[in-house]
Amino acid sequence: MKGRIFSVVGGMFLLTVCSKGDRSAVQAAPPAPQPAAAASSDVPADGGTITGKIKFTGTAPRNPAIDMSEEAACKAKYKTSPTEENVVAGPANALANVFVYVSAGLPANAKYQAPSTPVTLDQNGCRYHPHVLGIMVGQPFEIINSDPVLHNIKAIAKKNRPFNVSQPSAGMKTTRTFSTAEVMVNLECNVHGWMKAFLGVRSDPFYAVSGEDGSFSIKGLPPGTYTIEAWHEKFGTQTATVTIAGTESKPANFTFAAH
Amino acid sequence: MEAEDGRGQQVRAVWRFGGLAVSVGILLTAQPLNRLTAQDTTAGRVVYVKWCAGCHGDNGAGDGEGAHRMIPPPRDFTGAIYQIRTTASGQLPTDADLMRSIDEGLGGTAMPGWKSRLSDRQRHDVLAYIKTFSTFFADTSLRPKPLTFGKEPGGGTGADALKVGRQFYDSIGCRKCHGDQGRGDGPSAPTLKDDAGHPMFAADLHESWRFNGGGTVGDIYHRLRTGLDGTPMPSFSDLLDQKFLTQAELWRVAEYVRSLSPAEAPVVRDVIHAPLVTRALPHSPDDSAWTAVDAYWFPLVGQVIRKSRWFSPAVSGVWVKAVHTADSIALRVVWDDRSQSPDTAWLGHVGRVLAALDPDEGTQEPPALWPDQLAVQFPVAIPTGMERPYFLMGSTSAPVYQWRWVSTARTAAVAGLARGIDRFDSLPSTGVGAQSVYDHGQWRVVFTRALASPDTASQLPFRTGRAIPVAFFAWDGSNGEHGTRMAISTWYFLALDVPVPARVFISPVIAMVLTLGLGMLVVWRAQQKTTFRRKQ
Repeated sequence: MKGRIFSVVGGMFLLTVCSKGDRSAVQAAPPAPQPAAAASSDVPADGGTITGKIKFTGTAPRNPAIDMSEEAACKAKYKTSPTEENVVAGPANALANVFVYVSAGLPANAKYQAPSTPVTLDQNGCRYHPHVLGIMVGQPFEIINSDPVLHNIKAIAKKNRPFNVSQPSAGMKTTRTFSTAEVMVNLECNVHGWMKAFLGVRSDPFYAVSGEDGSFSIKGLPPGTYTIEAWHEKFGTQTATVTIAGTESKPANFTFAAH
Repeated sequence: MEAEDGRGQQVRAVWRFGGLAVSVGILLTAQPLNRLTAQDTTAGRVVYVKWCAGCHGDNGAGDGEGAHRMIPPPRDFTGAIYQIRTTASGQLPTDADLMRSIDEGLGGTAMPGWKSRLSDRQRHDVLAYIKTFSTFFADTSLRPKPLTFGKEPGGGTGADALKVGRQFYDSIGCRKCHGDQGRGDGPSAPTLKDDAGHPMFAADLHESWRFNGGGTVGDIYHRLRTGLDGTPMPSFSDLLDQKFLTQAELWRVAEYVRSLSPAEAPVVRDVIHAPLVTRALPHSPDDSAWTAVDAYWFPLVGQVIRKSRWFSPAVSGVWVKAVHTADSIALRVVWDDRSQSPDTAWLGHVGRVLAALDPDEGTQEPPALWPDQLAVQFPVAIPTGMERPYFLMGSTSAPVYQWRWVSTARTAAVAGLARGIDRFDSLPSTGVGAQSVYDHGQWRVVFTRALASPDTASQLPFRTGRAIPVAFFAWDGSNGEHGTRMAISTWYFLALDVPVPARVFISPVIAMVLTLGLGMLVVWRAQQKTTFRRKQ
């Protein structure tokens, strides 16, 4: 949380599917996946692609169990006891929920239009879905409550205006937007101290969140040399430099150390 | 006071000189008008450095000298996140909002009101200066707009309206943090933090005089609508926008919350009057006999005299009732405490409290499961003159007599002699009884003892009709309080009232009757004489 790097950059890019997280344990239907592409004025139709796999070495810390005894309605949505999602790992030490974005190298004056399709954060089973997500400046951020209990959604931000709104009823929907790029905006519920989500706000569409197999893909990059940053809530950040010449696909793999 | 006045004069002098220099500067350079803004903040800076920086820090980051002695910490102006606003959550406050906090201060916190201490000009200048700490105020696209609050509907204090308010209090989840009875003891209360991770208490809704943004129904309604940004308290405005609740219904919640506190903030009365009761002494805290007895409120403050000092006490005051019979006394002390310590659920909170406060005050020790405690203090004997032992637990040469109750031994109290803050010697066979109840964020403890004392040298014999000094000390274990880290009061008095004897009322009546009778006799005699003379 501390020492987070706020990268300064004009940017470009394209959003991929947000992490599926650990949704399988929840019986209720997950929200629709995010749109795969943004309608972006300066995104070439046939740019380059950066793909990669994210792994970690060592033993992943155990995700603490969540005591939901105060919220029967949430507890009933789980067959097995739910845990926090601090480190979501796939097979072969694949690392999910890593926010990958272009932190430097985009043309300074490039303008990218935010899609009007909202990015949705669902509160379901007293957990956030997804746990890590990206959004463009100006793109609608839609927060919905699928639980019949009180949630408050507090956004803790430094470059953007923070907010704290309540949703005491199932079916409530709150829409907000962000004005400035910020990695990351922390989202939390104070009623349920374990509920945390992380939102990467970018002024370009060139970002992705790694899936459970640790893979990510950033498409539509114009030729150039880019600094790619990978952010994880527990393991910190890593960077890589990737040069794109045309419509090629270049790899950028990251390995975090579990500590 | 003199020092304050001196400083005030200094400020005025600086001000006058500064003002003169500024005027001369304007005349000499004939700068365009926009330079005036910069000059305003220069004047504001003088006020800020003198009066605000001690807590809020030279750069407005809330990290001044006094900051690590405060929970909640002083406002960090650099993020422009303000609790008390009339604007939607996430919006900047209006100038009027900021001026309200400067003028009135923030109830229940270390922030005082400045209306009577600084001139209008000084307060406006410092307001302008505070805004320079954040770039958000310079962003013209973020101009704050107050919400439309509407008017409070009528009938808010009626039973039906309060019932509606209570219903929504439950349904919109207030109880999650503020608790079933509103004492800030809800299931989520132990986990609450502000944006920076500092520990936060959910407000005790029975103490409206300590609400950060004011304790009127209107103030409460505004906080429900705007939330308290930077804290866990969210805005409930979306509920109205999406028609889950009407404005009138949310007003009912505010009215219900207000109804939990006394109509007026409690006033300190120095003497606890303990009436004589003819029935049995009420040993239980919830004995119906207590309802007819007057309650006295005494504020408690942190113990900041002896190290380790304590700047963040959780118990803000005690409500005291006392009665006596011909041979015994019962004293009931009631106080709000969000936790029934020791409670593992609060261990994280203890850790955050200790981490937030000055490590020089012994707060670097690891958090532990400390119990709640209460001490009632008397002198060893009723003083004959004005002199009383040192209020902070006496001294080696002049000890004080105390009753101590600990939440881990709920139906017992220990009596003993305190010889200073760090020495307590319990006495054998003290005859002090205690019964306690913990109920939704409130402790109620009754102490009982015989009036007479078998050991008059160290255990105060209670006497009727005398002013007996009394003081109170409280510890909330789940707030990291133990030893010298506690809340304290000064000396007050306890008086065991005796019924006024009947002769006090009868004697004047007899005297009046006699006087009247004698007067009439004199008049009658005089009239007799007159008649006699006429006949002659």
